[in-house]
Formats: sequence, C-alpha cells, structure tokens
Amino acid sequence: MVNAQMKAIWSYRGFIWGSVQREFQSRYRNSLLGSVWAVLTPLATILIYTLIFSRLMQVRLPGMNDTLAYSIYLCAGILTWGLFAEIIGRCQTVFLENANMIKKLTFPRICLPVIVVLNASVNFLIIFGLFLCFLVLVGRFPGWVILALPPILIVQIALAIGLGIVLGIMNVFFRDVGQFVGIVLQFWFWFTPIVYPASVLPEYVQPWFRLNPMVSVVAAYQSILLYGQWPQWSTLIPALITAIVVCLLAVGLYRRRAGEMVDEI
Amino acid sequence: MTILRVHNLGKAYKQYFSHWARLAEWCLPSSRPRYHIHWALQNVNFEIDPGQAMGIVGMNGAGKSTLLKIIAGTTQPTTGSIEMKGRVAALLELGMGFHPDFTGRQNVTMAAQLFGFSVHEIQDLLPEIEAFAEIGDYIDQPVRTYSSGMQMRLAFSVATAKRPDLLIVDEALAVGDSYFQQKSFSRIRKFREEGTTLLLVSHDVGAILSICDRVALLHAGTMVKEGDPEEAIDFYRALLAEQDIGLIRQERQAHGKVQTISGRGEMIVSDIRLLDSNGLPIEAVEAGTRVTLEIRSRVNRPVPEVVAGFMIKDRLGQIMYGINSDRLRQPIEHLAAGDELVCRFQFAMNLGKGNYSVATALSRRDSHVTDNYEWRDGGFIFSVLNTKKPDFVGTVSLDAALEVQRISENQVNL
Repeated sequence: MVNAQMKAIWSYRGFIWGSVQREFQSRYRNSLLGSVWAVLTPLATILIYTLIFSRLMQVRLPGMNDTLAYSIYLCAGILTWGLFAEIIGRCQTVFLENANMIKKLTFPRICLPVIVVLNASVNFLIIFGLFLCFLVLVGRFPGWVILALPPILIVQIALAIGLGIVLGIMNVFFRDVGQFVGIVLQFWFWFTPIVYPASVLPEYVQPWFRLNPMVSVVAAYQSILLYGQWPQWSTLIPALITAIVVCLLAVGLYRRRAGEMVDEI
Repeated sequence: MTILRVHNLGKAYKQYFSHWARLAEWCLPSSRPRYHIHWALQNVNFEIDPGQAMGIVGMNGAGKSTLLKIIAGTTQPTTGSIEMKGRVAALLELGMGFHPDFTGRQNVTMAAQLFGFSVHEIQDLLPEIEAFAEIGDYIDQPVRTYSSGMQMRLAFSVATAKRPDLLIVDEALAVGDSYFQQKSFSRIRKFREEGTTLLLVSHDVGAILSICDRVALLHAGTMVKEGDPEEAIDFYRALLAEQDIGLIRQERQAHGKVQTISGRGEMIVSDIRLLDSNGLPIEAVEAGTRVTLEIRSRVNRPVPEVVAGFMIKDRLGQIMYGINSDRLRQPIEHLAAGDELVCRFQFAMNLGKGNYSVATALSRRDSHVTDNYEWRDGGFIFSVLNTKKPDFVGTVSLDAALEVQRISENQVNL
C-alpha cells in the first residue's frame, strides 16, 4: 500500500513539482512587495515577542542575559513551529480547498498533501536560511552542531504530515475538525516552551511536558541554535515514536476513506 | 473487441441520520446501521466497441453524471466493476477543475500534467491548445476572469489535445456558442473516425441523435433502455411526459419500426392513415401534394375535453412540423365512453424526400405533460418522393423560382 502510494507520487512528480512552483509564484503575485511578505510576517512576530517578553516582562534565559540570546531562542522555536503549524493547517483544508479538482479529475489524492508539505518546506528554507545568515553576521553561528538539525526536522515534519493527513481526511467528513484544530494548535503552541523558557514554570508542571512530543523537539532546536550543543538524542525517541504511529494512522485512514471523500465534498 | 465493459455497476450514497451518526459509526463500527442507503445507480451493464458513440439521456437525478464520474474514475463504485483499455479524457461539467487564481496557461499545463503528459509534450501541445480554444490574450489572465464559455473552450481544448481512446463529455458543450459547438463536434467526429469511443451526456436530444449510434436511457438509477437511438429517445420523450414508467410500452411493428405508447389510456388511437386527394390511403407521397392525415381514436373512459395533435419527425427524430386542435382553435369536449373521434388534418406535404414518422398526441391540454391520455411515437411511417419537382436538397420544400438577369457593360438601353 505505502509502496503503491510512493509509486503514484513518483509518477505524478511533474504535476507535484509544477504545482509547488505555481503556488509559490501565485502566493505573492497580486501583492506589490511579492515574496518580501514571506519574510516580513515572521519578522514582525519575532519583534513583537522580543519586545513584550524580553523588554516589558523581563523574561531571562538561564545563563544568558542579553536580548539577542532571547531573540535567537525565540527564532529557534517560532520558525520551526511555523513549519509544523503550516503543514498541519494547510493539510487539514487541502482536500476541501481542491474539491473542484478532486471532483473532476482523476489523480492520486495523496499528491495534494505532498504539495502542501513541499511548499511549506520551501517557505521554511527561505526564512530559516535568512536566520542562519543573521547568526553568521552577529557571530553566533553554532558551527558543526548545525548538522543535528536535519534529522530533528525530519521527525517534526513526519509528525506534521501524519497529523495533517489524519485531520485533513477527518475534516472532509466532520467540518468541526477545522475549527477545533485552530484552537488546539494555539494551546499547543503556548504549552510548548517557545516564547518562554521551561524553567519559568512551576515544578509540578514539568512532568506534564513529557506528554507533549513537541517539547523535546523544540528544546533540541534551542540547544543547537542558542547553546551550540548537540541535542540529547534519547529525549527525541517519544517524538519519533509518536510520529511513526501518527503516520501509520494516516496511511490507514487514507486507505479506508480516500475513495469516499469525493462523495462528501 | 470492447474498449469499455461495465458490469453490474452500482453506486450507493449513505445518508446519515445526523452528523453524530457518522461519528458513532466510525467509533463503534459493529453497531446497527445509522444511515439510509440511497442508490444513485444500480445494476448497470453495457459494453462499447472502439469508435462507437453512446449517448446517455435521462431526467435530472437519473444517475447520468454519477455513471460518467465512475467511468472517469473520480468516484468509486459501490458494486460492480469497469474494465477499460486505453487513455480516457473526461469533461465532467464545466471547467475541469481549473484553479481560479492561476492563468489559463498555468491551468492548461497543470491539467496536461494530470493527464500524464511530459513537460516536453506539453510544450509541443500548448500552441495547438491555444489556437483551438481561440480565447486570445486571455490565456495569460487568471481563469476567474473567464466567462463560462471561455472556460469550456479551454477545457475542451486541453481534454482533446491528444486523441483519447475514450472521450467522456458531460453536458459540457452546452455552454459554448454554436460556432464552438460545431467546431468541437467536428473534432469529436474526426476522433471517432480514428477509433475514439464517445460517451455523451446531453439534454440536447438533437445533438444526441445526430452523433450517437447508441443511446442509453437512465431512469431512477437504472438503465431502462439501451440500443437504437430513435427508440430510446422516443421512450425518453414519453417518460418526460409521463413520469410513471409503468405507463410506457414499446411495440415492434410489422415494418420493423418500434412504436412507443404512453399515457393513462382514457383514449387510444386506433388507426392512423394518410389519404391522397381522392381519399385513398397511401404510404408514399409526392412532395408538395395535398394530403389528409386521418387519426381515429376510441374513447375508453369519459373525458371532459381533449386536444388532438400530431407531429412529423424525420429519420433522426427531429421534429419537422406539429399542430393540434387547440392551436387550430377547434375545442373538442364531452366525449363519452365508446365514442369514436376522427380528426382529419389537411395540409400540403412540403417536405423533402425521405422517410418520416408520425407521432400522435391525445391530452387534456395543449401540453401533453399534464393529463396525457395517449402519446404515440412512430405510429405511422411514410415516405416522401420527389419525381415532379426539381430535385432539391433539405427537408423543407420552399419552391424556389429562379430569375436570371445578365448585366453586360455594353448593354444598350432600348
């Protein structure tokens, strides 16, 4: 089954690649500043959080005192969370948004989430590349530790794809899912130490963090990018297992419900 | 050799009692059913050979589009199977899934990629597609700025850029102007000569009759007729008037033609005759001569009023002429059971040579859709000969006269 899907994706690679290009071009086509917006939006978020948390609320990272350190800490979490949230958010609506195509053309539906993931990855690479340039400029580039990023990103993307496809299929049959996911993602974001350090929370909350696979993932990014340290790989095992389970669930659900989807949209 | 074999095809939609019912079914799969099953299509069987054209007719909701969607592969059948050889191109309704924000060119590329063409092939095909669609500079505008006719032009051009083995067209051509319709039909005809099979859904009975060599009639999800176009279309027309399929029957007559009779039977046509000027029955008429069409009917149950009429149709089933007693301002009222009604319509047979059939109608009102006593298609067959007039073409005799005037430069005024 998985093999068959892979084959289908490969044989439709022309369509997938073309769609990624078209979407990238058209996203900013009707705007004057074009792809500048792709950078401005996260930049604004980072500025606001830095201002509010670092300056107004005086959040301090353990062992680091400067504002720059907080900004790097923030970027490490926000940019990668942005990728995670974009994949989930777009996957969840991808089947409904492309209803017109699904109803009238025959092609493997699995191509649609693949296009979403590729697009989100392209956006992420641009903004993250700029962030790395910035690190080089201010002399805080972490060095070889950076090589630890790709495997963690893969785990995170796998988790996002699995969740995204499950939610995307469910959303076709139960439109409540779309509303629900928006709320859950907000809670999830704030229950992950992204804008604040985990240490500011009281002792009794800490064990609960273990239930959130994203905590270890984001902590790994932060340790690489801010402290220049290799992540503790063992902490990522729960996230990896969750990602595998969610992906299997997605495959199972896709297999059972993909054919039925067209009748519901 | 068949290109498409449809076997015992059925499609059922689940209609859940509520949204919660579906959730309950997903979570507790073994429990009692929480939905009604609605069969949109049931037990459909047919086979098509290469180069054949099959028209599919039926009322709204009969299952025509569902059938085409299953064959095109966008939706899955609940029962049965489809065997198919070769490449399929489908035009399901309008626009074939164009993305409104992308330009025509981008959408064409995307659709072509989905048809499995390589980038190289698409580059080769693009100019041809653009030229056939004839939408000019709009090709580089977003599709949302297109009219529905322009979308259809583009969609048709992409779908038929390369000759498919099976072409499926669902009512799509109806939005085009007659120029483009002609153009698309001639492309479809050319494909057919090269071996493409055509499946066409249309409410335009004339288009179906002119292009299809088989017609399938769907009614309430089942295929009630399949075969000779004229026969199936007559049945369809009767169905449109009658709605109740039980009141329609078809009989094969001595001359091989099938006559379709529908209605509730208050009155029944007992005899149809064509009489010449001497009152003698004829089956072949000289073009332009005066004739009398005599329709005898029997009254089975008393009727307060009746409108009696007839239509003459050519061999493709296209209507040549039709009139009735209401339009001729001759009310017929208060008929008792056992009465016989004889209507004699007198007219000049100003038709071209060929075979024609007569349909008769007995109904309460001008339109036979309400209170249809009897509708009879193919009740009488006759032919028109032309041995006396100049040998004209066409189905209408306009009796043209000719006057020739030659104007020379050196003409002298006398």
